[in-house]
Amino acid sequence: MNKHVAPQINRRAFVIGTAAIGTGLALGLDIPFGGPAMVRAADGSPEVNAWVVIRPDDTVVIRVARSEMGQGTLTGLAQLVAEELECDWSKVTTEFPSPGQNVARKRIWGDFSTGGSRGIRTSQDYVRKGGAAARVMLIEAAANEWKVPASECTAANSVITHTPSGKTTTYGKVADAAAKLTPPTDVKLKDPKDWKIAGKGLKRLDTPDKVTGATVYGIDVKLPGMLNAAIRDCPVTGGTLKSYDEAKIASMKGVKKVVKVGDTAVAVVADTFWHAKTALDALPIVWDEGPNAKVSSASIAQWLAEGLEGGPAYVGNSNGDVNAALAGAARKVEAVYSYPYQNHATMEPLNATALYTPDKCEVWCGTQNGEAAMAAVLEASELSADKCDVHKLMLGGGFGRRGQTDYVRQAVLIAKQMPGTPIKLLWTREEDMTHGRYHPVTQCKMTAGFDADNNLTALHMRISGQSIQATLRPAGLVNGMDPSTFQGLNPKGEAAFGYSIPNLLIDHSMRNPHIIPGFWRGVNVNHNAIYVECFMDELAHAVNQDPLEFRRKLMKNHLKNLAVLEAVAEKIGWGKPAPQGISRGLAHYMGFNSYVAAAAEISVTDGSKIKVHRIVAATDPGYAVNPAQIDRQISGSFVYGLTGLFYGGCTVKDGAIEQTNFDTYNSMRINEMPKVESIVMPSGGFWGGVGEPTICVAGPAVLNAYFAATGKRIRSVPLRDQNITFA
Amino acid sequence: MDGPSKGIAMANLTINGKSFTVDVEPDTPLLWAIRENVGLTGTKYGCGIAQCGACTVHIDGVATRSCGVAVSEAEGKQITTIEGLASGGALHKVQQAWIGNDVPQCGYCQSGMIMAVAALLKDKPKPTDADIDEAITNICRCGTFQQVREAIHAAASA
Repeated sequence: MNKHVAPQINRRAFVIGTAAIGTGLALGLDIPFGGPAMVRAADGSPEVNAWVVIRPDDTVVIRVARSEMGQGTLTGLAQLVAEELECDWSKVTTEFPSPGQNVARKRIWGDFSTGGSRGIRTSQDYVRKGGAAARVMLIEAAANEWKVPASECTAANSVITHTPSGKTTTYGKVADAAAKLTPPTDVKLKDPKDWKIAGKGLKRLDTPDKVTGATVYGIDVKLPGMLNAAIRDCPVTGGTLKSYDEAKIASMKGVKKVVKVGDTAVAVVADTFWHAKTALDALPIVWDEGPNAKVSSASIAQWLAEGLEGGPAYVGNSNGDVNAALAGAARKVEAVYSYPYQNHATMEPLNATALYTPDKCEVWCGTQNGEAAMAAVLEASELSADKCDVHKLMLGGGFGRRGQTDYVRQAVLIAKQMPGTPIKLLWTREEDMTHGRYHPVTQCKMTAGFDADNNLTALHMRISGQSIQATLRPAGLVNGMDPSTFQGLNPKGEAAFGYSIPNLLIDHSMRNPHIIPGFWRGVNVNHNAIYVECFMDELAHAVNQDPLEFRRKLMKNHLKNLAVLEAVAEKIGWGKPAPQGISRGLAHYMGFNSYVAAAAEISVTDGSKIKVHRIVAATDPGYAVNPAQIDRQISGSFVYGLTGLFYGGCTVKDGAIEQTNFDTYNSMRINEMPKVESIVMPSGGFWGGVGEPTICVAGPAVLNAYFAATGKRIRSVPLRDQNITFA
Repeated sequence: MDGPSKGIAMANLTINGKSFTVDVEPDTPLLWAIRENVGLTGTKYGCGIAQCGACTVHIDGVATRSCGVAVSEAEGKQITTIEGLASGGALHKVQQAWIGNDVPQCGYCQSGMIMAVAALLKDKPKPTDADIDEAITNICRCGTFQQVREAIHAAASA
């Protein structure tokens, strides 16, 4: 009990009706509430509503539309439904509805997209209503059976009680009758202060299978008659596949077929993946590397550097007159920063299993966006939505990479060439490292002006570099500008700038190299927070002020930001002497509608070996659905962020990414892990994200501590390029 | 189906106490024989170059990255995978500690992590933090290291 049940393979949980084709995915969000006719689950148990299935033994199956990639959303969303449902938490299990079912039911489960730290914050409202509506229906069913007013009945822990008579029944006994009732049109949600299941640091529902090897990830899918495919895409984006010599590998053991995949890739299909990969390695391939074959990291860096020196730029935030203020400043401070490409390197390499026939196309995969995966299946299979579906599995990491659907499309294009045979496409780690959707590359010039009294009067922040949306989601551009570039730099909203400065200009010279960018955990806060928070530290030192006091003066209108900053400062002992050999640094930021801060304690040996001893981190996400999981997201995100800072950086040579595996794109190990002390301080009244925001404050806190220790500024990432590493 | 590369090449593997005869070339990495030929998928592919540790199994009790071991080298030895770590219906104390400390996030690396830790505790029942730092070198991109360390100490005192 109390675990996630893997979707049944070869068994449809629902009968899929015909759906609005094509437009189905583009339909506006119907509030997922109630639903059309009752649909039974695979085992015949009645669905009380789209979110809740209750079995006769009182097991509660909560449907979770968002994906689980480790961030804990599966458990958090189940807690929110269970809270309103008033069910017995020990009897809760979960399942993923499929995107095809969502289309067939007019998007009753809403948005499947799981990115931008939105999994809980943008669905909390309707999933709680789903739980509450089911509770009302279950109570009404019991009341009908007893022929008493529903208002005389209460529910708790999956038991319904008729208060005047003391009669009781359980959810499992009345679920069938409840399912036939008309859903309530309005339900009242609990005040979070009354939460008993939500708001608690409950254990994850998906842990037991993850410690026995039983969890089925996409890579573990087995279908009868399935074959395995290995793929190689052109190493240079923009290039194409010219030719390959199939005869050279045709007689190798296990090889079934060699297929072209689109215009840019070739795949070998074999009985096993090992045979497919071995044959692919032996396959002579000729590429036309196209127009980008001469691009290098140096040429990209030069192009970006030109964008720092004036010229047209999109303005993300401005007030006052920066140019005049800088011209009249008593003192100016300037610095140039940079941040490189980073690969997601999910531990589970990308994969998808596709089964195509002219009448049907099904895909089994881990995806952060089931509906986008479904759209990729429609496009690649050229079948209509009623003939396609995607069966979602647990993700062996996502971090933004599995929100893209390139690997799904490839699997379908291969399967289409072998109708009736299920094909599992698995990327090698080398394919993953060289065909990522990389954290965008940027540089930044910071220019500040002080008046004669050392007051900061002007700040110009010029970012030059890549826009993610320009490549991946052009519809998200606003008059050519990519608003997400200004994460944490906006005048207001869910990623607002945390300072008030009399003359401010933050602008972006967009320069898009051919390397395909992507949403990498934290997205644009990773570099923006380093640029802002390291430079703020520089400015404080420039005028001989304490970095906390310096910031505090600029944060009078940013009290939530200040609250998290002061929380970490107090806990780390800011202002008090640090232990012998220890230096400290601070940073704060806002992203994904949450306020975050970190304070780091480090020691430095020989100027080049950094031991990060301790990081205190605070987050105010508004509401904390599972504080224990928030704590894990904070410490876990630091591993991802600090790995990027110390070891990351994907470089470009001859148009291709140079790093091919963890030997050249290393990842932090346990011996490099600092002690992380989290402060979860939800202040209520808003819903912020958890999986991403905190990632961005570890880097600047450590870099500022490095300056405190050595008097040297580090302004470019990764540190390995400067021969600085973990002690 | 002619030629030297097409011949039937049988290997005998002893995994979790059971004997398996698999049709693979002798140089096939043990990882793929376990996953594809034997069908035990708890052992994961992460890098293929013995860097990440997701494929860690025990070979004669020693934590070993199975992507870097040829089937021919594993014949005649006792191989234990994550599926064989529990005994007599009871989870291994490391698995229990992992549940108790709610360690996994995505969970993909955890089979290998747990196998590495189980081997460490066999050699050093009460490991220090320094012992852990030295012995546990598996990659976890979700970043569960803080919980891994706590759970190792919990398992050691269980």
